[in-house]
Amino acid sequence: MVVELNNIDKDILDALASVPDPEIPVINVIDLGVVRQVKKVNKQVFIDLTPTYTGCPAMDMMSVDIKKAIDALGYETFVKLVIKPAWSTDWISEEGRRKMEEYGIAPPLEENLDKRVLLDGESLVSCTHCQSTNTKMISQFGSTACKALFKCHDCLEPFDYFKCLK
Amino acid sequence: MNDKLYKYLLMLGDNSMILGHRLSELCGHGPSLETDIALTNISLDLFGQVRNIFQYAAKLKGANTTEDSIAFLRTARQHHNCILLEQPNTDFAHVIIRQYLFDAFQKLQLENLCESADDQIAAIAAKSLKETNYHVRFSAEWCKRLGAGTSESNQKMQEALNHLYPFSFEFFEQNEIESEMYSKGIGPDLNRLKDIYFSQVKTLLSTAELNIPDSPARHTKGKSGIHSEYLGYILSDFQYMQRVYPNMQW
Ligand SMILES: [Zn+2]
Repeated sequence: MVVELNNIDKDILDALASVPDPEIPVINVIDLGVVRQVKKVNKQVFIDLTPTYTGCPAMDMMSVDIKKAIDALGYETFVKLVIKPAWSTDWISEEGRRKMEEYGIAPPLEENLDKRVLLDGESLVSCTHCQSTNTKMISQFGSTACKALFKCHDCLEPFDYFKCLK
Repeated sequence: MNDKLYKYLLMLGDNSMILGHRLSELCGHGPSLETDIALTNISLDLFGQVRNIFQYAAKLKGANTTEDSIAFLRTARQHHNCILLEQPNTDFAHVIIRQYLFDAFQKLQLENLCESADDQIAAIAAKSLKETNYHVRFSAEWCKRLGAGTSESNQKMQEALNHLYPFSFEFFEQNEIESEMYSKGIGPDLNRLKDIYFSQVKTLLSTAELNIPDSPARHTKGKSGIHSEYLGYILSDFQYMQRVYPNMQW
């Protein structure tokens, strides 16, 4: 996802990149693709943020954290939640997907493969511990709405899978 | 016009809010850890969708109206949800049947609302639909698993279906406001959705080895604010904090 930037200095981008997703702390809000637009007008910064899931309790926290991080640079920050166009897992950056996997959450598959896994129970998701695809979905809803719970038949460990959302 | 649109938004939002509350009652009480987490995640999605709708409604209403005042400060008669959604969590079969009957309707409704002439409703619908697709997968899957499961699970599902199915007709009893929204291109034609809905539901139920009950449709008037006894109890729980500590915040 390309973030629309207007008149933005590197220090503001760095501040944004320092704000983690509170539920997947290795990923920042830029990696997650939830920052849609950043605009600076004199000493004011306006940010459009888009929710991953409508009820995601992490969104309010991200808004507050973003405001704090940019206010600390001497700006007055306004964060607005926008819902159109709706967030898609395609907006998670390559970097974000890599960090997610290292953290123990399998990144989302392409939509058609995701459907085959979630609807037909096919084994296509790689285990984050041993990379085996001999895996099975245990529950369509995991620890948060965005994830499903899986287990690996080879190393026998459970892991999370970030569901494709398009 | 704004007044009618406001009421229409309450109709859309109250279904999700009341069902969201019913599902939240299951937090920590689900039949297994996985289903407990799934149902409360669905509840969270529903509340997220309601927040979007009520934020928009509050903007239309103006003055001191907020999403919270809409959610927490209305009386039972000012709620416009269908009666199905306030039915209790009798057992897991009732929870799943209620969920499926709603999810199948909600998916159809949202697909249509994505094309709404009202941009804000269309945006909310597009966002909510992505989540609802997961909900209906979950509830349909459980209908099949339990309906076509053991004779005991089949029997419990059939009892739940016999009880709840007649309530599903209310979704399609198009009232004055819904007719007007349809004529303005804002809302769907519920008469048209009705046929699609019941044909989808019948297909699923037959895969789930469940019989369509021959009990007649219940002509309930939840959308007009006439509710079952259950709603009062739901609201006394749901609104408790705001009533006891007005304007409290987390
Ligand atoms: Zn493994």
